[in-house]
Amino acid sequence: MTIQPKIDTSPKVADEIRKTTCYMCACRCGINVHMRDGKVKYIEGNRDHPVNRGVLCAKGSAGIMQHYAPSRLRAPMKRVGERGSGEFEEISWDEAFDLAAEWLAPVRETAPERLAFFTGRDQSQSLTSWWAQQFGTPNYAAHGGFCSVNMAAAGIYTLGGAFWEFGSPDWEQTEMFMIFGVAEDHDSNPIKMGLGRLKERGAKVVGVNPVRTGYNAIADEWVGITPGTDGLFIIALIHELLKAGKVDLPYLMRTTNAPVLVGEDGLFLRDDDGKELVWDLNSNSTQPFDAAGLKPALHGEHRIAGQTVRPVFHLLAEKYLDDSNAAEHVAERCGLKPETIKRLAAELADCAFNKEITINREWTDFRGVTHKTITGRPVSFHAMRGISAHSNGFQTCRALHVLQLLLGSVEVPGGFRFKPPYPKPVAAHPRPHHTVTPGKPLDGPHLGYPRGPEDLALNPDGTAKRIDKAYTWENPMSAHGMMHMVISNAHAGDPYPVDVLFMYMANMSWNSSMNTRGVMDMLTDKDESGAYKIPKIIYSDAYSSEMVAFADLILPDTTYLERHDCISLLDRPISEQDAMADSIRWPVVEPDRDVRGFQTALIQLGVKLGLPGMVDADGKAIYTDYADYITNHQRRPGVGPLAGFRGEDGQGKGRGAPNPNQIQAYIDNGGFWMDHVPEDAQYNRPSNVAYQDWAVERGIYDAPQPYIFQLYVEPMAKFRLAAQGKGEQQPPEHLRERLIATMDPLPVWYQPFEEQGVDLDEYPLHALTQRPAAMYHSWGSQNAWLRQIHGHNPLYVSTDIWIEHGFAEGDWADLTSHHGTITVPVVRMDALNARTVWTWNAIGKRKGAWALDRDAPETTKGFLLNHLIHELLPPKGDGLRWSNSDPITGQAAWYDLRVKIKKAAPGTQTKPEIPAQKSPVGRGPDSLAYGKEWTK
Amino acid sequence: MTTLPTATQKKLGLVIDLDTCVGCHACVISCKEWNTGSYGAPLSDQDPYGADPVGTFLNRVHTFEVKAENTPAQVVHFPKSCLHCEDAPCVTVCPTGASYKREEDGIVLVNESDCIGCGLCAWACPYGAREMDQAEGVMKKCTLCVDRIYNENIPIEDQVPSCVRTCPAGARHFGDLADPTSGVFKLVEERGGMDLMPEQGTKPVNKYLPPRPKTDTAPELDVLGPLLAESTDGAGGFFGWLDRTLEKL
Ligand code: SF4
Ligand code: SF4
Ligand code: SF4
Ligand code: SF4
Repeated sequence: MTIQPKIDTSPKVADEIRKTTCYMCACRCGINVHMRDGKVKYIEGNRDHPVNRGVLCAKGSAGIMQHYAPSRLRAPMKRVGERGSGEFEEISWDEAFDLAAEWLAPVRETAPERLAFFTGRDQSQSLTSWWAQQFGTPNYAAHGGFCSVNMAAAGIYTLGGAFWEFGSPDWEQTEMFMIFGVAEDHDSNPIKMGLGRLKERGAKVVGVNPVRTGYNAIADEWVGITPGTDGLFIIALIHELLKAGKVDLPYLMRTTNAPVLVGEDGLFLRDDDGKELVWDLNSNSTQPFDAAGLKPALHGEHRIAGQTVRPVFHLLAEKYLDDSNAAEHVAERCGLKPETIKRLAAELADCAFNKEITINREWTDFRGVTHKTITGRPVSFHAMRGISAHSNGFQTCRALHVLQLLLGSVEVPGGFRFKPPYPKPVAAHPRPHHTVTPGKPLDGPHLGYPRGPEDLALNPDGTAKRIDKAYTWENPMSAHGMMHMVISNAHAGDPYPVDVLFMYMANMSWNSSMNTRGVMDMLTDKDESGAYKIPKIIYSDAYSSEMVAFADLILPDTTYLERHDCISLLDRPISEQDAMADSIRWPVVEPDRDVRGFQTALIQLGVKLGLPGMVDADGKAIYTDYADYITNHQRRPGVGPLAGFRGEDGQGKGRGAPNPNQIQAYIDNGGFWMDHVPEDAQYNRPSNVAYQDWAVERGIYDAPQPYIFQLYVEPMAKFRLAAQGKGEQQPPEHLRERLIATMDPLPVWYQPFEEQGVDLDEYPLHALTQRPAAMYHSWGSQNAWLRQIHGHNPLYVSTDIWIEHGFAEGDWADLTSHHGTITVPVVRMDALNARTVWTWNAIGKRKGAWALDRDAPETTKGFLLNHLIHELLPPKGDGLRWSNSDPITGQAAWYDLRVKIKKAAPGTQTKPEIPAQKSPVGRGPDSLAYGKEWTK
Repeated sequence: MTTLPTATQKKLGLVIDLDTCVGCHACVISCKEWNTGSYGAPLSDQDPYGADPVGTFLNRVHTFEVKAENTPAQVVHFPKSCLHCEDAPCVTVCPTGASYKREEDGIVLVNESDCIGCGLCAWACPYGAREMDQAEGVMKKCTLCVDRIYNENIPIEDQVPSCVRTCPAGARHFGDLADPTSGVFKLVEERGGMDLMPEQGTKPVNKYLPPRPKTDTAPELDVLGPLLAESTDGAGGFFGWLDRTLEKL
């Protein structure tokens, strides 16, 4: 018999628990940081937090290793070696600001556009964009252009918001959920929690993705679609639903522009007040869409004011009922069976209409009609990068939103529901601003939603005003800018050169760029005089990333546990469907290095430059640091970065004077603030009067903004009309045809551009990346724990391709695109679209970066697909540079990549092998036993 | 040789739902961060920034592909930690009595001060659920978070294993599998919870809930037909249908 030892089952856990917000990815979960002896002992999810309700992902729990990572930068640095080499000297903050001001002040006085300021994984865009505006440069954006602007912009133009921060499925009531290609590190915990909830409730989960990993693995049905054909698939679903008459007509008439009349020019018929008109069958006359008591026609032609007009729905039905959209016609191209598409359409219809939800709750719409009940349609969708990052991504995202509308499932029980401050129609967003005056702020916010050609950022001679060529005829609706074009264009001096490139948390010389090798060359390229073509580069990062090596001046950021932040309603808040919410980060640990939160450094630099809004009349600082700004800045009177605990009494919700104790109030409340949407305001929010009034009360907007969903997007019709030769602003000749084909105000599918431009017999395969749930972009893989899960990344090859090429275990392959070749290890995978190869995103590292050993597997067996993807399309022989982007928004078309594969000799080093950069922080320790002092 | 208790008062363990596990590794890392600063020696990492990083983990997730003829391939994520077996060969093989099974709750633990690092238990465990810590030379294994589940310094709702508390998909459940009224017991009944490798005769306490049958492996359903009762044909037919339907609204 063994004598059981007595053990202590109640050991001390922590001295104190500090509640802040995770930043191991963009999901913004609430965390309880357990402090012991001044160190971080344990991080768990905050049970009260609206985003994660207590759970935490692998990244979140690995935060300890990130916070104590050996790759943390220690002090400001000035480059002393050649660019790219990684040779630096540490300097003081005063010296750093002096240098930055010396470069920036003359730019502001003479030509502010010669500063290009782009931020990457930036959760402070309301500050960074304001700073850029005050500086006066038109060249600002965050990373949306190479991430998911297609989804975001298609959502705003169609519904008034898309997925993730804007809204999400009604996990509690939906019966069928279809998820299209998403990054498993985006909206990370809420999706996992939601899937768990659906499983618990026995709802059906359908995963549409060429690759069956993560979420798709547990999907009840996996649709292993061919990359780039999602739009075809969705339109086929629309076709089948229309054909079966399974669309929500009352919903379409009430909440969408289905009845709005469209003229031969493609524009809406409007009355003198500019209101869209519908044909009223009661009065047999045109009436404004928002009049009460109408019986709007959904089809039929009328001659009005000399032209034939038809309702949107008429055009829509004609377009999608065309036989070319039938399942039989598209299935093969999608890599699917027609029966599957038809069955899925039927299942969607069955769910939406046979499992209708009715809630007995009164609500009043903007027409003044009071409804006794709320009708719900328990089908919902989620999609993100997978369908966005194609050159047909905008239209595909639009198609998905239109599908949701036809099913009547947006803003209703069981469907897709918004999160405040969304829904917000285009009308509630600014137009783009780009008028530069030396020495003065820009004329307004950079990024907005163009209403038509009049909003393009073009000079009178037709050249681009912005360095990234956002808002030009090449990509008129580039609502998030085009960060992936900045370095390429600045290097080419097209449309003009820049003096200073200033970037934050964007690994542009590595995984955040297409054509990585080329970008490195551009960053180091010199002119005849021996000067760098991009003269000055300022970069801020917390870690020794690949991009650090290419900067002239480094502003070292803190870790996420050492900083103030606000996850603001002015930006991308943490709201839930039934609550508006925002949150903070605060220094739960004080930095032990000479580093500053980037936002604090930015404000201090703004003060040094004397930027308006940052200094008073005497040139004295208005804000000492970011915390001061968060507390005291007002965007509009009474509306500031944080919505909670406003006013002198700290009771203000959304509106109220600055409260000096606001941040403390957030800390005391667990790091966040939340205010619930009243019951009668919870559904049908675009048209719900109670919601509109509540939103005004809370400062979301200043006047009610009711609107109808846009099946048909009129601004697109305006761009198309211009391409057809009408109107003052005219596109260049070479873009007319493409604009006409792609700027369809009703969603269309077209073949991705790279496919159109390369020989498909030569490049028969698709290649893509997926994001693992346990690693966030480039941040994660120096993480001592996470890199033991994802330390290198093989190329996964479908069984068909594997057999075709006679691959065997341990083999390597050359993977070649029109742009280049990489040599990588291969692994067979069955659960994969037959014509596709893929790998994990951003696991590969450059030697010398991230305080890793030079022979770390990330550098020897890891690799980037980026080397194969060019920021430009293959030359067409017309001498023009055609960007590898969506023609509407300019979103980087990462997933259009076509490749061929060939067996290679087994190797020990993936290629291309980039020479090492010098580490400014040395390398990490040989062993770890974290927490030893607390063990017994 | 070490003896096992003839019976335990409780059978505390985990029930892991393979139908819900998305393979996110949250449980793996949460386990590591809790346990590296808790019971017994820390969970060390060798060469953590080098060419061959290897560390001690008490829980790991494995991923398998399953491909049957004529059905789409499936991927199963399979988290694995000690299953706290009733007939635990790792205990009986231990020469010093360091490995033992607790009489009160059935948790299998290592008393590290008696562990000589011989590694016999790891050989005996058919599941590979034990890992020798390279820094301390002692055997590490899942403790079922014995220093959480009774810990009075932790709020009652958090007195569950770290991996269970964190699992974002809710795929991990903790409780007393000897108690027919417990949630875990009922889950196992309802979902046909299974033993891992029952042929080994270890009688694991932990159970796995099998993936539910996938609907994409089922024969094609004919549900479109009935929905098409009121067929529309082309846009012309469609507009006729539209009028008839709108009349009825
Ligand atoms: S999903 Fe994970 S990494 Fe992202 S914020 Fe939440 S806990 Fe942190
Ligand atoms: S945390 Fe849950 S979902 Fe994630 S791997 Fe572990 S058991 Fe699976
Ligand atoms: S799983 Fe292995 S280590 Fe755990 S009790 Fe069973 S035999 Fe022992
Ligand atoms: S119960 Fe505790 S020790 Fe066991 S796997 Fe879970 S977290 Fe790790």
